Amino acid sequence: MQKPFFIRNPSVMIFVALLAAFTIGVTILSQGFGIDVISTSMVKTLGKTLCLCLIALAMDLVWGYTGILSLGHFAFFGLGGYMVGMWLMYERTKAIVVNSLAEAPLPPTPNEIREGIGTQIFGVVGGAEIPPIWVFADSLTMQLALVVLIPGILAFVFGWLAFRSRVTGVYLSILTQAMTLALALYLFQNDSGLRGNNGLSGLQNIPGAEGVPQSELSVYFLWASALALGLGYVLAAWIVGGKFGSVIRGIRDDEARVRFLGYHVESYKLFIFTVTAIIAAIAGALYYPQAGIINPAEMAPIASIYLAVWVAIGGRGRLYGAVIGAGFVSLVSTWFTGGQAPDIPLGFYTVKWVDWWLVLLGLSFVLVTLFAPKGIGGLFDLISGRIAPNRHGADLGPGMGSLREQEAEK
Amino acid sequence: MTKLILIGLRAALFWMMTALVALAQTPIQDLLQTYQTEVAKPSRKSIDTVVDALIASGLPETRQVLFKWQNKDLFQRNEDGLFFFAEDAGNDSYRLIDIATGQSVGEYDRKAVTQLKPNAGVRGVIANALVQFQLTDPDPIKRARGLQAIERNAEPSHLKALRASIDGEDDPTLLARKQRLERILTISYDTDSAARVAAIESFSTDLGVDARAALNPLLATTRKAAPGLPQGQNVAKTLKPGSDDLSRSAAYDLLVEARLAPPLVPLSEQKAALIANIENGQVGGIKLRQLDNDAARARAYATLAGQGLAPPTVTEADIDAALARHVFYDLYTEPDSAVTDAAEKALTSIKTRVGLNQALDLALDGLSLASIYFLAAIGLAITFGVMGVINMAHGEFIMMGAYTGYVVQQFIPNYTVSIIVALPLAFAVTFAAGVAMERLVIRWLYNRPLETLLATFGISIALQQIAKNIFGTQARPLTSPGWLDGALVLNDVVSISYIRIAIFGLSLIFLVLLLFVLNKTRLGLETRAVTQNPRMAASMGINPDKVNMLTFGLGSGIAGIAGVAIGLYAKVTSELGADYIVQSFMTVVVGGVGNIWGTLLGATMIGFLQKGIEWLNPSNTLAAQTYMIIFIIIFIQFRPKGIIALKGRAAGD
Repeated sequence: MQKPFFIRNPSVMIFVALLAAFTIGVTILSQGFGIDVISTSMVKTLGKTLCLCLIALAMDLVWGYTGILSLGHFAFFGLGGYMVGMWLMYERTKAIVVNSLAEAPLPPTPNEIREGIGTQIFGVVGGAEIPPIWVFADSLTMQLALVVLIPGILAFVFGWLAFRSRVTGVYLSILTQAMTLALALYLFQNDSGLRGNNGLSGLQNIPGAEGVPQSELSVYFLWASALALGLGYVLAAWIVGGKFGSVIRGIRDDEARVRFLGYHVESYKLFIFTVTAIIAAIAGALYYPQAGIINPAEMAPIASIYLAVWVAIGGRGRLYGAVIGAGFVSLVSTWFTGGQAPDIPLGFYTVKWVDWWLVLLGLSFVLVTLFAPKGIGGLFDLISGRIAPNRHGADLGPGMGSLREQEAEK
Repeated sequence: MTKLILIGLRAALFWMMTALVALAQTPIQDLLQTYQTEVAKPSRKSIDTVVDALIASGLPETRQVLFKWQNKDLFQRNEDGLFFFAEDAGNDSYRLIDIATGQSVGEYDRKAVTQLKPNAGVRGVIANALVQFQLTDPDPIKRARGLQAIERNAEPSHLKALRASIDGEDDPTLLARKQRLERILTISYDTDSAARVAAIESFSTDLGVDARAALNPLLATTRKAAPGLPQGQNVAKTLKPGSDDLSRSAAYDLLVEARLAPPLVPLSEQKAALIANIENGQVGGIKLRQLDNDAARARAYATLAGQGLAPPTVTEADIDAALARHVFYDLYTEPDSAVTDAAEKALTSIKTRVGLNQALDLALDGLSLASIYFLAAIGLAITFGVMGVINMAHGEFIMMGAYTGYVVQQFIPNYTVSIIVALPLAFAVTFAAGVAMERLVIRWLYNRPLETLLATFGISIALQQIAKNIFGTQARPLTSPGWLDGALVLNDVVSISYIRIAIFGLSLIFLVLLLFVLNKTRLGLETRAVTQNPRMAASMGINPDKVNMLTFGLGSGIAGIAGVAIGLYAKVTSELGADYIVQSFMTVVVGGVGNIWGTLLGATMIGFLQKGIEWLNPSNTLAAQTYMIIFIIIFIQFRPKGIIALKGRAAGD
């Protein structure tokens, strides 16, 4: 008789409890529902951070647990954002167009409404036609389905192609990076049908919720993001907790051995790759209505590398590590780049953090990789007393973590 | 009445007198006096007759007269209306000089003579006429300038002058130019059909832009619609409405334009008519709020039209009937069908040749892009390919090299010297940076390739930001020496800039150098040994640490030199390297890891591919890159180990 899931995974319970406490705390302090200590923009930042934590969770599953360093998950994130953004922008523009046409002497025909929407949305890229990919844009259900389907199918096809030809390790990383670059470059074109480098904007206005002030909307989105993160965490913990989790950890540590044991490695990888792509897309679909704008620059390969940075700083191979990393780095990054961090006068030169933050991040990243491969999450091992055996050498990390030094050296 | 007759008589008498006076003069003066008023007060209207008459006279003084006239140096003596050249004699007076003899005819007060001041338009006409005199000028530079003027702005009158000047031409280059220009002018301005056809045919193998510029206007067409095909006109082709060349709506528009059919009533006008006829909340018997679809609006409009309140719409059947009643055709502007046929044939043959040459040009472009990719990737081929180390900061080493070149130019103003200094200096700087990075970071991570990727990425963003802090975000120029400016022009279609040739040469040098270093030197031997099996190499007395350090330094140093080369033709910014990093990795992966030849093949393939895709879709380089990356992803499916895959034990895993 197995013990219930939550008893076996106390960390999941702790995490969910902390998340709930955090959400309730922010709600109480928020402008919309509470005592107005936290501004609406701060609530949005926190909500966005929760979404980033969710995609970091996905990254941890695919990289920390399965050993696939995907540099493309931010592309899925962005695609999710685009899918939901299309509905937001279309419906909102439609409301505006119908409103303005209501003043006209004749009631508008469906064609006139479509033309009006087309001009409003695509005038900026010199078009008035609504491209075919917007065919479902007037249906929230369809677009929400596309949030899951489009990135899911893309990840499935790409993963299937890549894994079946046994592209592994750094080659896979470079290939995923190329995919991200291709997607970003494609979206940068004006005739991609998604407004080129203007991207989609005005996403913070939710059609049908015009009466709800942003201060309340932001809290709703915070709740939704927290719920998604909580569910994502439980799902991830469930995936890695069972036999499946053991297999993917095995793949990470020595793919060939797992294959020789009779497991179909490619299917496991493909499953994880696709599932994490979908999680990333859902995170993106929640993120961009809070950010208000999405453009292809967000999907540049560098964003995906940052994602890996967060997970590495937070600690790979443990779910809470990814969440901590994403939350910590993105909030600190907001603090430094927002100009809130105090400048350091050195007498001959003043260190302005807006300019030097990236240098600090880059170097601290090198230091974490070199000296603390476990990341921030490693600190919890000190508390729980789970110290790895002293192997008289550097910790070899999850990539070769299960091997002893002598074995790893071949 | 008598007074008027008197005035008339006096005027006639005066004219006869002046004519008599003129008759006593030199032929040129006679001629000028014939057109006395037109010369004295020239206008755009009258000037052509005067200039034509002067040129037709063939008098030797014509050229000088026109020249002086244009430069406001022609004077008229008030007392008898004769024209003279003049020079300033001081004391507010001019010394008048006879046009034909060049003799002074005495000094006259400023008030006794009138300086002729033709306006700008007139001067332009005179200048154009003067061009033909330039063609026979003894000074070859002036002749060349005259030719250039005609090439730029030809006129029918030039053709005769040009033909006349060919015989006397002794400069072979100018002669060739004149003959070519003569043929081109023949195409445009000759009246003899056979001569034109001959001239057109002579250009059928010519790639010159000027030839195409002369031929293309001959084939200009206007699209027309008529009840029947016109006779005796040069029709290019008849068109069928609804075909690809002529859509139905375009055909109907032609009919409307030619007033052969009633105009369509556009939806916007129908809507305006509906709005104008709103009565008691309904239009044409239909309630307003029911007019929210096109069918209801059409019905309402039909009712209005029936009541005569709006022009009737044209139905599809009407359109079909109108289209069937008429023919549509393209009519050549050029009336001579022999000429247009010849021009068509010549242009087709030219197009084929131009296409071939464009392919050659494209190949050259692809080659130069390939050499740039090769330069950018070859350093990576060593660190990634040979050592298996992912260096995401490779792009930033390229950037460091480019900035080194920029800094050197700040201190050494001579561009040639500064480039010569910058190349080894860039190598030194990035070699040092590479060695430092290898010692401090990478050597700890040889067992963790994925983490090398992340750590070097950290270094990459740090270096990029530092460069931004030092040099700012704006692009810095890295100027190439003067002898690298310009391009090698093979013909009007194919040309390649010297700087690209230099980069091509540089990449060739590096290919040979690296092959030599890796295959023929001690360092290359040790590198290959350490790559294959570090423990065995160490047992043989090779110090793997040192070899790794030097190899990494070498790869980084080459990136620095590539940076100088790339900086010469692209602007130097802190993102310079980041633009190349993905392509560089692609090049190495596609070519096959661990092989210099593979990198060469990979760069060639990617360079040609990108240029090829850009040629298919020239307006959109972004799409070209997208398609190229997709192609590479698919390519990797079929050759996961690249074009040249290592086999056997050397392949590792």
